[in-house]
Amino acid sequence: MWILNLPPFVPFLTIAVVVLFTRGRLSAALMLLAPIWGALNLWQIPADTVVKVTILGLELTPLRVDKLSLIFGYMFHVAAFFSVIYALHVRDKIQQITCLVYAAAALGAVFVGDLLSLFVFWELMAISSVFLIWARRSTRALGSGLRYFIYQFVSGLLLLLGTLIYWHQHGSLAFSQLEFQGIGATLIFIAFGIKCAFPMLHTWLTDAYPEATPSGTIFLSALTTKVAVYALARSFAGSEILIYIGALMTCFPIFYAVIENDLRRVLAYSLINQLGFMVIGVGIGTELALNGAVSHAFNDILFKGLLFMSMGAVLHMTGKVNGSDLGGLYKTMPKTTVLCLIGAASISAFPLFNGFVSKSMVMTAALELGYDWIWLVMLFASAGVFHHAGIKIPYFCFFGRDSGLRATDPPANMLLAMIIAATLCVLIGVYPNSLYQLLPFSQEYTPYDQSHVLAQTQLLFFAALAFVWLNIKGIYPPELHSTNLDADWLYRRLVPNLCAPVIDKIIEVDRNIRQGSIDKLHLLLNTLDKLHRPGGVFSRAQTISNMTLWISILLACYLALSLLGNGSI
Amino acid sequence: MTSEHKKYFLDNPNNVALIIRLLVVVCIVLFGLDFVLERHEKYSLANIPGFYALYGFIGCVLLVIIAKWLRTFLMRPEDYYDKKIQRKNARGENVDS
Repeated sequence: MWILNLPPFVPFLTIAVVVLFTRGRLSAALMLLAPIWGALNLWQIPADTVVKVTILGLELTPLRVDKLSLIFGYMFHVAAFFSVIYALHVRDKIQQITCLVYAAAALGAVFVGDLLSLFVFWELMAISSVFLIWARRSTRALGSGLRYFIYQFVSGLLLLLGTLIYWHQHGSLAFSQLEFQGIGATLIFIAFGIKCAFPMLHTWLTDAYPEATPSGTIFLSALTTKVAVYALARSFAGSEILIYIGALMTCFPIFYAVIENDLRRVLAYSLINQLGFMVIGVGIGTELALNGAVSHAFNDILFKGLLFMSMGAVLHMTGKVNGSDLGGLYKTMPKTTVLCLIGAASISAFPLFNGFVSKSMVMTAALELGYDWIWLVMLFASAGVFHHAGIKIPYFCFFGRDSGLRATDPPANMLLAMIIAATLCVLIGVYPNSLYQLLPFSQEYTPYDQSHVLAQTQLLFFAALAFVWLNIKGIYPPELHSTNLDADWLYRRLVPNLCAPVIDKIIEVDRNIRQGSIDKLHLLLNTLDKLHRPGGVFSRAQTISNMTLWISILLACYLALSLLGNGSI
Repeated sequence: MTSEHKKYFLDNPNNVALIIRLLVVVCIVLFGLDFVLERHEKYSLANIPGFYALYGFIGCVLLVIIAKWLRTFLMRPEDYYDKKIQRKNARGENVDS
């Protein structure tokens, strides 16, 4: 098994190592080879493969293939494929290598069967992905990347701690449904929660993703959070608390998205909103809900990737990505505009686009279990998604006020990557069974029934009407150069401000100690100076007779001592 | 004729008005369909004609108004986090942290 079929992360990691020694077009070709080789390899691994090894008496499961891990494997390969194409023009060795290692780590994480191996890939993801942020090489990216890394590192630490405690309590390292009680499971839950951008733990995402390189963000948006959704679905499916956390995640980011100016940050908030739907699905935990969560993860990779790619293209071509600086780009970037609109329609869950066929599964599942309020919240969030991702992004970037920017469509490779994602969005929307047959649970579900299509169309068109009405009335908030305070204010401003008096005190004490030492040193130097300066004790000229006298005295003492010494023997 | 002076589709206010009118017509038709087509909803309130239409419209208006109100206490200058924290030292001089 091991010889014929490699673990899914191996192709990516191997090529990452090879790319280290290649240059130019060869590197690009090799990078493109990674997802293709990976997909072929994954295709050949039989389902339900489990490989166990025993190291130092620990039974580890470095490879576990089942339907749940397989679909995540497929989606990561699809994401890696179009992301690599999108990044083909990038000649930055650091980005080339780290994106492959990052994809390898994500694949490793979804195909392991024990928590310790998961921890290894969990940390590898953190270490490799941060370079995609730092590769932007700006001061902001440096700071954001550092905060991102601290979050990811803490998540890994909690996972390790939780795993050890859970192991101690339950004697099991299996990465499967966990008993959600006790501190061990809670720590693991929080570790997953950080990576899944739970409310209040989410700021690493909205802080760092918009600061990454245009192509780096595509990888980031696809992998880390989806691994977290997978981990939750694997270990905490059916935990009711997830339903409420998810509901909060669908709602609060849309308010931020409306007032945020950086359009990639709008998408980052929108990503949390979409994760909310998945988390609710995992929390409900029925087969339909889990299928919904997983298929929504798949679809989110496509449409969120597409939207991030279109904004990345705008950033790449104009150097700007703030709503207040853009507008009217449809005139010279028509292809990007159409592709962005497909992404916008998909994320808004218009019928015939992929968002529709997955989001409705989670919502139906919520109603089936009697979570009417949650259903209403999700309905509100659906309208909200359309409002910020479906209308705001295309409107302020490609339409609206003419900014005077006349950038052309991006290079062919970027367009091709977007076309692939857009095609898949429409394909899955029109033929939902192409996705449904890959889902972990086999279940009959027909998204296209009359009342459902009508309901969703009404919701969206009236949301659009609201946007138009608000705009005409002048109520819609204009795009402004601004920063909106979020939970990260706590550690970026409040804590530093509270610590300021303590730090001031430390600085003062430190300064006094150093000043005192310098004063003492000066005193010593002055004394030495006094002794050595002309007329000082040590600078007096000695006469030869004086010197001879002293030498005679020394020799006499020496003689006396040696005589005394001999005498005593 | 350079591209600077080229007239694009949406540069003409009539075209914009046309699109808005089209949207309004579609909305009216969709609203009307509620009375024509049979519905089978799991959630009882959703059987009220116009439920989704009103929910979408009111939901979005509320979303924008609340978000706009949030700006009053969440909004800071763009370089808010870029500025270093200014502190006074013992001698009353500004110190960068």
